[in-house]
Amino acid sequence: MTYIAHILVMASIFSTIAVSLNLTAGHSGLISVCQAAFFAVGAYSTAILTTAHGWPWEASVCAGACVAIAVSLCVGRVALRLGQQTFVLATFALQMIMFHVLQNWSDVTGGALGIPGVPMASAVGLQASPGLPALLLAGSAAVFAVLCVSHITRTPYGRVLRGIREDEPLMQSACKNTLRFKLNVFVLSAVFASISGSIYASYAGYVDPSSFTIHDSIFMLAIVIIGGTGSTRGAVLGAVVLVGFPEALRFVGMSSSVAANVRQLLYGVLLVGCMLWRPQGLLGKYPMCE
Amino acid sequence: MDRLLLKVENVHKAFDGVKALNDVSVDIRHREVVGMIGPNGAGKTTLFNVLTGFLAADQGTATLRGQNILRKPPHVIAETGIARTFQRLRLIRHLTVLDNILLWRRGQPGERMVNVFFRWRASAKKEAENRGAARSLLADVGLSEKTNDPADNLSYGQQKLLSLACCLASGAELLLLDEPVAGIAPEMIEHILSIIEGLPARGRSVMLIEHNLDAVARVCSRVVFMDSGAKVCEGTPQEVRNDPRVIEAYID
Repeated sequence: MTYIAHILVMASIFSTIAVSLNLTAGHSGLISVCQAAFFAVGAYSTAILTTAHGWPWEASVCAGACVAIAVSLCVGRVALRLGQQTFVLATFALQMIMFHVLQNWSDVTGGALGIPGVPMASAVGLQASPGLPALLLAGSAAVFAVLCVSHITRTPYGRVLRGIREDEPLMQSACKNTLRFKLNVFVLSAVFASISGSIYASYAGYVDPSSFTIHDSIFMLAIVIIGGTGSTRGAVLGAVVLVGFPEALRFVGMSSSVAANVRQLLYGVLLVGCMLWRPQGLLGKYPMCE
Repeated sequence: MDRLLLKVENVHKAFDGVKALNDVSVDIRHREVVGMIGPNGAGKTTLFNVLTGFLAADQGTATLRGQNILRKPPHVIAETGIARTFQRLRLIRHLTVLDNILLWRRGQPGERMVNVFFRWRASAKKEAENRGAARSLLADVGLSEKTNDPADNLSYGQQKLLSLACCLASGAELLLLDEPVAGIAPEMIEHILSIIEGLPARGRSVMLIEHNLDAVARVCSRVVFMDSGAKVCEGTPQEVRNDPRVIEAYID
């Protein structure tokens, strides 16, 4: 039971990220590979503020979100002016910088050893202990993300995002300040990734740089692409499949060291398979590349 | 004569030494339809790109109702009251005809993130109004039946009509139309020309690039002939057609 709850918690955390990342990568066509960096911002904010400074969990979530807003605004304002391919490179750079900051700023981040003993999330006297309570917390974050994103996509705002995805110059001719739209969704997805990071840190009780590498960013993007670009249900499905499937390998008798490698292989196969036979992903609306 | 709407003065634009626009000056008056003709590479589309902010002019000025429009981002220029169509047809193909029209409506509160979350009632009300206006526009141009079809499903002529309708939906005073009737069936040419003819009465001015000289003669009150980046002559359609330089350029 706790095992299943654990998988569902992880699936919820990644759903939250994927659903919000879908707003940038799926609806607006902005491929970013720095989501793990924003995930790290939330996770480390919570870890540092709750352990070293004794902040309450909720306050650390807000602080993490504020840092994520500041970082994404600074990076987005510059990177979003670039072309699509250059934007990918800029987000890649942010991801690498973030990883090396975590790895080398030992006084604050604990370096490669990370920060142990992050307390459980607690709010209004309730503790999100592993199992059902943690699932409730992570699940409600995912539901909140789903509601927010589906609301946005139904409004005129979402319509403009789809327009930008297909033809940005045309949207500029139609009086849309496309930079503002792209910046807004970039920041919003950074905030959601940061909140997920805070939940993750308090759930795992321990953070170290190895959970926030470029592979994790690509994993988050893979969830969106395989689940289906532009589809909120697809993002949730992608998270459940990509988090759950490697777990299934345990039951076919694969040792965890082999399973880790098979997992990498699996992403590759799934991504190539998607490109070949289902470029729009499982439940997606638009092919990733045209 | 009506008041001046657009004043373009001495605009230059060069690409690595090739003078795409060489000292071009054009005036457009309120409620006037002006045709831009000339061989390929004459600089007509470059002029449109400069006027709509997709290219930066090297020199010169352009003002709309006295307000400078050069060297500004495209959306800022569009906001001052210019809408354009593109030579290579551009529409949001996955979206419906109605959504394409709605994208061009200006002043939508639902397009601000704050309103999406905190003033969604007011946004929804405005959206309903916009839908009504978009539907009646589609009825006006004769695309009602296609309202909920993806733009991609329309015929080429209907897509050209839709891109013209999008410009109308923006409420812009000046429309820059880049070959609005090129490559489409005669009935649709007739239909689109009749819409363009009616625009001055609706308070709109038009600058029109077109190779079809009969179409130009029919809808334009004034024609500008360009060649190799420079304005060669301008006048009524009849005057320009009989100008020896025009005849020479077209026969060569």
